[in-house]
Amino acid sequence: MATPFDLALSLLVLVIAAFAVLGRHGFMAVVFFITFGLLLALAWLRLDAVDVALAEAAIGAGLTGVLLLVARSRLKALEPPLAPAPHPVLRAGAGVGAAAVTTGLVLAIPALPLSTGLQAEVMEQLPLTGTDNPVTAVLLNLRGWDTLLETLVLLAALLGVWTLAREIDWPGRAGRAHRTRPDGVLAQFGRVLPPLALVIGVYLVWVGGHRPGGAFQGGTVLAAAWIVTVMAGLLPAPRVDDRTLRTALLAGPVAFVVLAVAGLLADSVLVFPPDRAKLLLLGLEALLAVSIAATLAMLVFGAPEDRSGRDP
Amino acid sequence: MIEAYLLVATGLLLTIAVALWRIARGPDPADRMMAAQLVGTSGIAIVLLLAAAGDDWAMLDVALVLALLAALSVVAFAKSVRRAGYGDPEDAPEHEPASRPPEHTDA
Amino acid sequence: MLDALTLTLIGLGLGFFAAGSVGLIRFPDSPSRLHALTKADNLGLGLIALGLAFQVPDLGSLLKLLLVWALAIFSAGAAAQLVGRVAVEPDDGLPDSTER
Repeated sequence: MATPFDLALSLLVLVIAAFAVLGRHGFMAVVFFITFGLLLALAWLRLDAVDVALAEAAIGAGLTGVLLLVARSRLKALEPPLAPAPHPVLRAGAGVGAAAVTTGLVLAIPALPLSTGLQAEVMEQLPLTGTDNPVTAVLLNLRGWDTLLETLVLLAALLGVWTLAREIDWPGRAGRAHRTRPDGVLAQFGRVLPPLALVIGVYLVWVGGHRPGGAFQGGTVLAAAWIVTVMAGLLPAPRVDDRTLRTALLAGPVAFVVLAVAGLLADSVLVFPPDRAKLLLLGLEALLAVSIAATLAMLVFGAPEDRSGRDP
Repeated sequence: MIEAYLLVATGLLLTIAVALWRIARGPDPADRMMAAQLVGTSGIAIVLLLAAAGDDWAMLDVALVLALLAALSVVAFAKSVRRAGYGDPEDAPEHEPASRPPEHTDA
Repeated sequence: MLDALTLTLIGLGLGFFAAGSVGLIRFPDSPSRLHALTKADNLGLGLIALGLAFQVPDLGSLLKLLLVWALAIFSAGAAAQLVGRVAVEPDDGLPDSTER
């Protein structure tokens, strides 16, 4: 059933992936990675996975590009010393190992049992989960455990970034100061885009209850709204010890843990009573979106640093 | 109609392939970035066509997100080639004296 | 009838995308490439959105289609200004700006 469109799309995804990974030129590899996210989102659409396409569009084509561009300019400014080339034997060993794992994986594909997936089981449980969107049902209810751990991974990543702060800069405002001309293009852009992004982000969180959307997709768009406002110099980034910020970062994961413990006392971990599941899921989704938005934005802002505007 | 939508979408993939050549070739970072912009706009157009071809208009949300975040990486790019703190390209060092007091001080 | 209108408009849109990408590879320097790009691809997207507007089932989708186009034009305008400035005045003493 592969159409010429699908073939061309698959080919482009492979070519872009090769350039992003093998390209010797750092900036070029970053730009290829941004386009990679976009084409991957198209591929998910062709597979009728609109939820995943939304997440890929927001995170892969949107935020990750910003993170990589900022990280790259920082690395360039540091000009780290070149690491000594590893011993040829070590390199050969790594190559052989990687080739062996790849061969093993390829050989394992024909041996996989034919499976129809879990769609039937999920659809059977759907009325009890408190949502009409099967993807949300799996993410927040049936496999809520995975989602809880994912939000904790994001928090751990932010803690990792914060450990890069110098002692004298802690606990200041996150990242560098941004200056813009008040009547400049960037400032105008920063005034128009964030309100729209706020509306669309909240909309995406809300529709997650019955069609593609949800906390991750909506949270990323909300994060983008905040990032643009800060980069346009309209709002300063928050201090890392700001109480409101800390509350926003923790609200989702804490609510998740509280629900898990409450479920444990009643029945078992992360089991929602069907009659109250809809309200619980909606509240949880909203809090998760706030936490995800705050964490992603703080990841982009970076650790507190010298804000005098001098070169590092 | 579905075939026509997919045909036009395939044509747009071709324009993406052309833009990829410019990303690989450069020569300036600005050239690579604007080629990525073209890929982004073509991608949005393809999402619209796929929504029509599959008669699944929920896909429009994906186009909405892509259009919303299209300029985000360009903003980050413009900032990353300027000196620390001089975020706006209009606000380059030669336009502004170094004695300018910093904004958002934490005093 | 509406289908024919849709096909004509999305065909025209594809033409603008093609023109934009030809400009992107054929024009000699960054500012002229930018010029080819920003005009062509946003007219292209506009024509495709307009063509598909005759096919949408409800008002909500129609408004979303228009919003996508409006957002794309707005973002492209800001992005073109920012990239254009970097293209004209790249050298800021940072390695990234001069790197080839």
